[in-house]
Amino acid sequence: MALENQQIQDKLVAAFDTDVYNFFQDKDVFTLEVSADVITPVILFLKNDPELRFHFLTDLCGVHYPDNELERQFAIVYHLHNWYENVRLRIKVFINGENPEIKSVSNIFLCANWMERETYDFYGVNFVGHPQLKRILNMDEMISFPMRKEFPMEDSGRTDKDDRFFGRTPSNA
Amino acid sequence: MSELLLSPEHRYAKIIKENLNEDGSELSVLNLGPTHPATHGIFQNVLLMDGERILDAEPTIGYIHRAFEKIAENRPFYQITPLTDRMNYCSSPINNMGWWMTIEKALGIEVPKRAQYLRVIVMELARITDHLICNSILGVDTGAYTGFLYVFQFREKVYEIYEEICGARLTTNMGRMGGFERDWSETAFKKLDEFLEEFPVAWREFEKLFERNRIFIDRTVNVGAISAEKAMAYGFTGPNLRAAGVDYDVRVAHPYSSYEDFEFTVPVGTSGDTYDRFCVRNAEVWESLSIIRQALAKLPEGPYHADVPDYYLPPKEDVYNSMESLIYHFKIVMGEIPVPVGETYHAVEGGNGELGFYLITDGSRTPYRLHFRRPCFIYYQAYTELIKGALLSDAIVILSSLNVIAGELDA
Repeated sequence: MALENQQIQDKLVAAFDTDVYNFFQDKDVFTLEVSADVITPVILFLKNDPELRFHFLTDLCGVHYPDNELERQFAIVYHLHNWYENVRLRIKVFINGENPEIKSVSNIFLCANWMERETYDFYGVNFVGHPQLKRILNMDEMISFPMRKEFPMEDSGRTDKDDRFFGRTPSNA
Repeated sequence: MSELLLSPEHRYAKIIKENLNEDGSELSVLNLGPTHPATHGIFQNVLLMDGERILDAEPTIGYIHRAFEKIAENRPFYQITPLTDRMNYCSSPINNMGWWMTIEKALGIEVPKRAQYLRVIVMELARITDHLICNSILGVDTGAYTGFLYVFQFREKVYEIYEEICGARLTTNMGRMGGFERDWSETAFKKLDEFLEEFPVAWREFEKLFERNRIFIDRTVNVGAISAEKAMAYGFTGPNLRAAGVDYDVRVAHPYSSYEDFEFTVPVGTSGDTYDRFCVRNAEVWESLSIIRQALAKLPEGPYHADVPDYYLPPKEDVYNSMESLIYHFKIVMGEIPVPVGETYHAVEGGNGELGFYLITDGSRTPYRLHFRRPCFIYYQAYTELIKGALLSDAIVILSSLNVIAGELDA
């Protein structure tokens, strides 16, 4: 029997009550939001429950929403995949914009190690409990987090190129 | 130990101090890379060596990081394809098509059957070149240069086919939203037929050269083996995972571009070692050839692109001669296309595994966020563990059998 969305939702709500919310089917992926403080129990539950069996972490990445209220300025997005039933699941966790911090899942999924380092590198999200949280793609001396929306794409002193004609600026976004 | 290479506070320094041998010899530190001819790309590994055996490794990546995700947030959708080319540059058409399919999913564009089949053909050609390079380079690293030189001419033949389809060879920037920019020419099909005739002969010979070759077997069996559980924990996908015995293939799990219309098997290995990875890739080349033949035989007539004037550039003559086309042309080029707000995840089976695109759109001409799930980046984490206890020369063989492509690793 295929794993139904309703079944996933019922099990999660039964176990975590109001910490899991905003369930909806987004195109081909079932999506939900989770409170930041229960992310590790939720992921462990999804992985170890004999019916859910989301045993594969496909992807982990960050998103910056500077226009949201302070508590929801960063999102960490987990894509889980159950290969037995072939079901994908997307989990979004919104965290604080000034001091982004979330528990690491690198002890649950080995592959999360570098994905979390990448997210830290680009967004400055502190993954608590990560064994080696340092920059991975950028150089260690860098002081900014370049994927944050306020980080300019190019040298702002440049005058030979008008950014309006090359994509997003505050006025055309 | 060499203090030029490592600071005295480095964790290796402590290990070396604690493990002095009785005869006075000590563990040594070896800097492999970043630019080393045997690593086929820019990877640095600082190795802790006991003689010729590797005790520990510290990988550094990011030497060709080009901030594709940041650039993508500032480019209209059709200008992002050239970025995807440069990820796994051994199989750029797969990246291109994966990206187009992601946007089409986000915009809800239905692609006609003919375009889907043509995409399958070009993606399987790309898979063949990808595996061809990986396996023949693995041969070079074990000392057999001939096989590489022999099959490499067929990559050239495939590039000629790409050239007929889109005009480019390595970084193809192929296709458009909704299909292809032009129908495939007679020459393209002729070259494809020639390739399908000549290549299997050469590939058979290539296989024969290696499969039961004593030297090759000695160098690869039980080298860099990984168990299925470990491989899944490390996020392996693609041939490297299948070599460990897990039959996960995105083409089967979530068929895209009409893959469900074709008959093919997913080859799996058992031990997940270098030899199995080689054999799985070999077998996949045969499956790809079979898929191309099936697609050619079943290739339907019809349009080569979807009828979506909002997104698909009109022919240039029409732009000059009809008002609607001029308006659409203007709107597309100036980025005034209707884009729904939402999130999309689409994955394709790339040369190295699940190549995923996570796209967030906010209604403007550029992605709000685009994340590439690069298979290389994720499974290269396991490299340290795979080479612990191996010989230095094995580390090179393991690296090339994993087919780590620096462009995809760093994005």
